[in-house]
Order: sequence, then structure tokens, then C-alpha cells
Amino acid sequence: MSQVFPKKLDGVLRIGCFITALMFLFVLLTLIGLTRSSWVTGENRFTEQPIPFSHRHHAGELQIDCRYCHTSVETSAQAGLPPTETCMTCHSQLYTQDEVTAPIRRSWTEDKPIRWKRVIELPDFVYFAHNVHVNNGVACTECHGRVDRMPLMSQAHHYTMGWCLECHKDPARRLRPEEEVFSPEWSPPDHQQREEIAEFLMKKYDVELSRLTECSSCHR
Amino acid sequence: MSSKVDKVERHSHPPDPVVGGGLSGADVVDDISAHVLTDRLGQIWWVALGCSLLLLTVFAISVAVLLWKGVGVWGIHDTVGWGLAITNFVWWIGIGHAGTFISAFLLLMSQGWRTSINRFAEGMTLLAVACAGVFPLLHLGRPWLFYWLMPYPNRMALWPQWRSPLIWDFVAVSTYGSVSLLFWYLGLVPDLAAVRDRATGRKKKVYALLCLGWRGSAYHWSYHQRAYLILAALATPLVVSVHSIVSLDFSVAILPGWHSTIFPPYFVAGAILSGFAMVITLAVPLRAWMKLENYITLKHLENSAKLMLITSFIVTYGYASEIFFGWWSGEVFHMAHLKHLFTGAYSPLWFVVLLCNSILPQLLWWRKFRTSPWALFWLSLAVNVGMWGERYIIVVGTLYKDYLPSAWRLYHATIWDWGLFLGTFGLFGSLFLLFIRYVPVISIHEMVELIKEDKE
Ligand code: HEC
Ligand code: HEC
Ligand code: HEC
Ligand code: HEC
Ligand code: HEC
Repeated sequence: MSQVFPKKLDGVLRIGCFITALMFLFVLLTLIGLTRSSWVTGENRFTEQPIPFSHRHHAGELQIDCRYCHTSVETSAQAGLPPTETCMTCHSQLYTQDEVTAPIRRSWTEDKPIRWKRVIELPDFVYFAHNVHVNNGVACTECHGRVDRMPLMSQAHHYTMGWCLECHKDPARRLRPEEEVFSPEWSPPDHQQREEIAEFLMKKYDVELSRLTECSSCHR
Repeated sequence: MSSKVDKVERHSHPPDPVVGGGLSGADVVDDISAHVLTDRLGQIWWVALGCSLLLLTVFAISVAVLLWKGVGVWGIHDTVGWGLAITNFVWWIGIGHAGTFISAFLLLMSQGWRTSINRFAEGMTLLAVACAGVFPLLHLGRPWLFYWLMPYPNRMALWPQWRSPLIWDFVAVSTYGSVSLLFWYLGLVPDLAAVRDRATGRKKKVYALLCLGWRGSAYHWSYHQRAYLILAALATPLVVSVHSIVSLDFSVAILPGWHSTIFPPYFVAGAILSGFAMVITLAVPLRAWMKLENYITLKHLENSAKLMLITSFIVTYGYASEIFFGWWSGEVFHMAHLKHLFTGAYSPLWFVVLLCNSILPQLLWWRKFRTSPWALFWLSLAVNVGMWGERYIIVVGTLYKDYLPSAWRLYHATIWDWGLFLGTFGLFGSLFLLFIRYVPVISIHEMVELIKEDKE
């Protein structure tokens, strides 16, 4: 049987197959990596707002409680964004001439709400509720990061299902006593062991683990 | 079973030969490769390809509409969520069983007669699996997310649900598809080399590339032989596993008419029945058209017909046992299911199924019938229709009346359901026509070997 191609083509073909397989693997790994990258999930992304509102100033330096502005965080699924009135409680006196706060006054006089842009947005098919978390010892900073250090609000985590489940599988060490939920930082008192207090808090909040990983908890 | 029958026959009277016309090995090589290299099929081939492409357009349009608008364009609803798509899936994948049965199972059983029909049966299998695969994929609703069926590290931290037969299905069908493809290609390599040796110009280069530089040395043959046997051994359990698992899609659910342990063997028998019916449906016109009577002899048709008869009995046993156990259980919903089967909205189809799958195949008791190609052709068409009807009855006939009488609802396939079904014939037809034109439809090297063995 005569050969049409030179012998070295055999090697070329083999190397070709090998490279194709490698490329395939590479593309696959890239795609898997890409779905977790901040480029896709928006982790650490800052969002431009109509007013450069700084949590570092207000929540950090001025130490205004989160609930002063996010009023419904303990009572409903939504934390709620503050209406212009809330800002005006102070800004009718403070920074009344400045360019940066002008939109607040405009909103106030024109009676039009400020159009804040959402920073974190879960898909509509996910059910998330703030009150269950906040009332069960999950602190704001567990999910939103060090808000009190953010000049502009950014996404502290990637907020994927894997991220939710990471905590839902084992929330014990991430719970805090009630009074510490709104503090930016907390560590257990020296005389208490981390494990001990974790166990205590799990009992106290009566957290039922089996419910937390059920699909229908979050996909209702 | 068939092997026993064969042996008895071989001893008593010389049956139709496996290879007719007193052909020699060299004749075979020349003849079959000429099919590929010269335009023997003529204008009919172009006409047939045109028709197939037309149907393929219907396929493309149906898929496009479905993707654009979603599965709502189909007739499925809350009560009958499976409809035509799953019926067609089960039907096509059943047809895809004959190929591997013939190539692998009969190879291991040393059934020499398989040789001339295995190639095109394998081709048929591959294409049928491809057609079958279309349906569950599209039925997902968001087919572009099909990879969710695979276990892979994802950001949802999810694995597929291993307790669900749907994932077994995915694994079984894709394994079957890839093993069939490998098996087919491996068997093809020496033949492509034979074609290469007779081709000229550009064609020679293409076939040379496809046959991977086959030289036909003793080494090549011995490796080839071993690889082929290993693949055959791997493929044989698949003949049984694929349709067993497809049947579990149904029988794992607790619906009357589905929840039955007879399902796996009954589905496998049904698959082989429909597979051989399709082999005959294709072989009879093909051997007349391509003048393959010397290769696909009456013996092949007769053996296929016998297998149909046997599997028809198993299928009938399946029907009977379903009815018997329904009656035996005395359970209200099961009894109601049986009643609906015989008197309900789909009962006419059920009687057609019984006629086509259980009664008509009894004609195969007559040798005269078994050896008249065109009679077999019409019977095999009837069986194809019957097997399709059976799947329709299983899917729709059970779902439309579930445990909640207020939810009972008839199913009406829409034009897009039918469009997609018809369209898969276009897909099948176009690829099959390309296959018979550009690939040796008969396994040349195995044929030559068979002739050698016969002479000895
Ligand atoms: C003075 C009022 C005020 C206080 C106090 C305040 N916030 Fe905010 N917060 C806002 C405003 C206004 C926005 C919308 C603009 C933005 O996203 O930066 C916002 C946005 C957010 C967002 C982003 C919501 C989104 O769009 O997804 C988070 C998270 C948040 N705040 C958390 C906190 C936490 C935690 C605290 C307490 C440590 C806190 N905030 C205290 C006013 C306040
Ligand atoms: C409890 C009083 C209080 C409330 C309520 C309040 N602010 Fe302020 N805000 C301040 C003070 C005090 C400063 C000056 C901080 C500094 O310069 O250190 C300030 C500064 C600012 C500035 C100046 C830019 C900067 O960050 O240096 C902006 C813009 C601003 N606030 C927006 C808002 C908006 C929008 C709201 C309503 C959601 C709001 N503030 C609610 C007290 C408040
Ligand atoms: C368990 C994690 C978690 C905790 C704890 C949590 N958040 Fe959130 N927060 C989220 C997620 C996730 C979203 C996005 C919700 C969505 O898109 O529906 C969000 C959205 C918000 C928003 C904007 C949307 C809204 O609901 O109005 C604000 C404001 C907010 N959080 C403030 C807070 C504050 C204040 C606290 C603490 C009292 C807090 N969050 C605690 C996860 C958390
Ligand atoms: C830091 C830990 C933590 C993270 C992160 C977290 N959760 Fe939770 N979540 C909890 C805890 C603890 C509870 C249980 C409260 C209880 O049942 O006592 C809970 C409860 C819930 C519930 C109520 C379940 C029920 O039916 O009782 C929902 C819904 C929920 N989480 C959704 C989410 C979603 C969606 C995310 C991701 C965006 C998320 N959680 C992220 C800790 C967390
Ligand atoms: C703790 C809350 C939570 C639980 C429990 C949960 N999910 Fe999710 N799921 C999410 C969040 C948040 C997203 C969206 C973010 C993302 O795409 O990663 C999501 C996304 C998904 C998606 C992707 C949908 C799409 O179109 O992109 C699928 C599929 C999914 N979940 C399936 C499940 C299944 C199945 C289960 C049960 C085994 C489950 N989820 C349990 C929170 C949850």
C-alpha cells in the first residue's frame, strides 16, 4: 500500500492531537476560572452614584448606625435605601453650600427621589431576606465587608450561590451576639473560646442546618 | 437464541449464502470502493439529498422558533410535561440499538453473517443517536446550559442529582454515542485505506488523511484486531445499559404505567425490535438501489427478521405483564390506567401498537415471508410506526391522567412538535446519504476475510 504523505506527518498529526487536547483543557479551565473572576461577578467593583456618598464618612467616622438609613433591615427582606429626608436631617444644616451635596437639596426642593444605583443585585429567582440574617446574628460586615472603610460602596464578595452556601453549610463561626450585628468589627471576649461561643450562638438562634441547604429556601 | 437457530439450519440444509454471486476478495474491494469513488448512485442520490435538505430546513426552522420562543411553542403543559419530544427521543435512541447489537454483540458471538450489514447499521446507529440527542437537549428549555448535566466545579457549588435517572441517561447516551463513533471509525480505517489506494488526486489525499496512514502491515492488523475486540467488549454491555437506563427515566417515577420492574428488559427488547426494523427499512431499498444483493443477501434479511420475531415476543410479554400486574395489584389508579388504555382517548393508537408490534410480526413465522425483501420492508415500516406509537402511549398515555383528576388534560402536539420530528428525518437522511456516498457502506476488509474463511 503506497503512502501519500511523508512519514513525518505522522508525528505532526500526533502533536496536533495533543495540542488540540491541551487547548481544549485550557479553554475549559479558563471558562471555569472566568465565572468566578471579579470581571464576571463584579467583586470589588465600585458603582458610580449620582452623589458620591461615602460610607467611610457617615458610617465610619461619624459612626451613624446602619439602621438610621437602612431602616427596614431588621424587619423585612429589603434593607431599604434612605429617602432624601434622612439626608436632610443633617444636610439642612451641614454642607449647605457645597457642590457635592447640591443634588440632595435639588431632590428635596423638587421632591424627586435620588436615583441610587444598585451595587449588589441578586437574580430575581433568588430569595434573599435581610431580617432572617440580621436577627440571627449575621453581621452586615460578614456579607458587605468593611463598609465603614468604603469611600464608595463596592461589592465585597462575589455573591454567587457557592458563596451563600459556604456559610449556610457551616454558619456557626460567623455568628455574633445580637448587640454586635451592626458593629463593623467584633471578636469574642478573651475568656471565651471561639468554638464554645459558636456552639452557644447556634443554640441561641436555633439555627437549623438542614433547612439552609435546601434548594427551596433560596429558590422559592 | 438466533445463533442456535442458525447452527441448526447450517447443518440441515445449506441456507442462503452469506456472500452471493461467487465473488472473490479482489472483486469486493474493487466493487465497494467504486461506490465511493465513482458516481454510481446517479441522479436519484441528488434528488434524495435535495428532499432531505428540505426537511433539514424544516428542522432548522423548528429549532430556531423553539429557541426564540421557548418550549411553550410545543404542546406540552403542566400535566403532560414530556410530550412528543421525549417520545421521539426514546424512539430514535431505540433505533440506534441495532448498530451496536450487530457490530459488537454479534461479533463477540462470532456471527459471521453480521459482516455485510454492520457498517451501515453502525452508521445508522450514530445518526439515530444524534437525532435522539437533539430532543432532550431542546427539551431542557435552555439548551445552552446543557453542561449543567455534567459534574464540573461551578460557582453554584452544585453537583448533578445522582439519584435522578436523567443524569444516568445523559451519561449512558453520551457514552454510547462516543463508543459507537469510535467503533465505527476503527472499523473504517482499513477500508478508507483501501479506498485511498484506488483514489486519485485530491480524494486520495483526503482518504489518506482519514485512514491515518494505514499500511496494512501485520502489526497494524494485529493491533487493529485487538482494539476492535476490546471496543466490542466495551460496547456490548452498552447495548443493554442504554435503553435500560432510558426506561428508568420512566419506571423510577411512581406513576401507573411507568412504575414497573419489567421496564428495562422490555425497553431493550423494544429497542432491538425497532433497530432491526429500521435496518430492514434501510437495507431493502439500499440493496436494490446500490446493487448490493450479493452482500446483503436474503440470509441477512432473514436473520434480522428472526430477531424481530423474538423481540416482538418479548415486547408483547412486556405488554401482557403490565396488564396482568395492573390487574393483580387491584390498585385503583392502576386499574383506571388500564381502563384508559383500552377505552381512553389514546386507545385507537394502543390498538395500532398491538397490531404493529405483536400481531403483524407473526407473519415472520413463514420462511417465505422472511425471504421476500419487500414484504419485510412493509412490515418493518409498520413496526417502526408501532414502536413510535408505543412510546407515545407510554409518555402521553400515562401522564395525561395522573393522580389528580382535576389536572387531567389531553395532549395535542403542535406544528412545531411535528416540525422537529419531521426535521430529524432530514438530519438523518442528509447525513445518511452523505455516508453511503463517501464511505464504504460494506466493511471491505471483513468481507474479504469472510470470503477467505468460506473458501477454506
Ligand atoms: C447616612 C445614611 C447611611 C448609613 C448610616 C449607612 N448607609 Fe448604606 N447606603 C446609604 C446610601 C445613600 C446608599 C446608596 C448609595 C451607595 O450605594 O453608596 C447605601 C448603600 C449601601 C449598600 C449597597 C446597597 C446596594 O445598592 O446594593 C450597602 C451594602 C450598605 N449601604 C450597607 C450599609 C451598612 C452595613 C451600614 C452600616 C455600617 C450602612 N450602610 C450605613 C446610606 C447609608
Ligand atoms: C447624621 C448626619 C448626617 C446625615 C444623616 C447625612 N450626612 Fe452627609 N455628611 C454629614 C457630615 C457631618 C458630613 C461632613 C463629613 C466630613 O467632611 O468629615 C457629611 C458629608 C457629606 C457629603 C460630602 C462629601 C464627603 O463625603 O466628604 C456628602 C456628599 C454627603 N454627606 C451626602 C449625604 C447623603 C446623600 C445623605 C443621605 C443619604 C447624607 N449625607 C446623610 C452628616 C450627615
Ligand atoms: C447574609 C448576608 C447579608 C447580610 C448579613 C446583610 N446583607 Fe445586605 N445585602 C445582601 C445581599 C445578598 C444583597 C443583595 C440583595 C438583592 O439583590 O436582592 C444585599 C443588599 C443590601 C442593600 C440594598 C438592597 C436592599 O435590600 O435594600 C442594603 C442597603 C443592604 N444590603 C444593607 C445591609 C445592612 C445595613 C446590613 C446589616 C444590618 C446587611 N445588609 C446585612 C447580603 C447581606
Ligand atoms: C455569613 C453567613 C451567611 C451568608 C453568607 C448567607 N446566609 Fe443566609 N442564613 C444564614 C443563617 C445563619 C441563617 C439561618 C437563620 C435561622 O434559620 O435561624 C440564614 C437563613 C437564610 C434564609 C432563610 C432560610 C429559611 O427558610 O429559614 C434564606 C432565604 C437565606 N439565608 C438566603 C441567603 C442567600 C440567598 C445568601 C447569599 C446571597 C445567604 N443567605 C448568605 C447565614 C448566612
Ligand atoms: C443559600 C441560598 C441558596 C440555596 C440553598 C440554593 N441556591 Fe441556587 N442560587 C443561589 C444564588 C444566590 C444564585 C445566583 C448567583 C449565581 O448564579 O451564582 C443561585 C443560582 C442558581 C442557579 C443558576 C440559575 C441561573 O440561571 O443562572 C441554579 C441552577 C441553582 N441556583 C440551583 C440550585 C439548586 C438545585 C439548589 C438546591 C440543591 C440551590 N440552587 C440552592 C442561592 C441558593
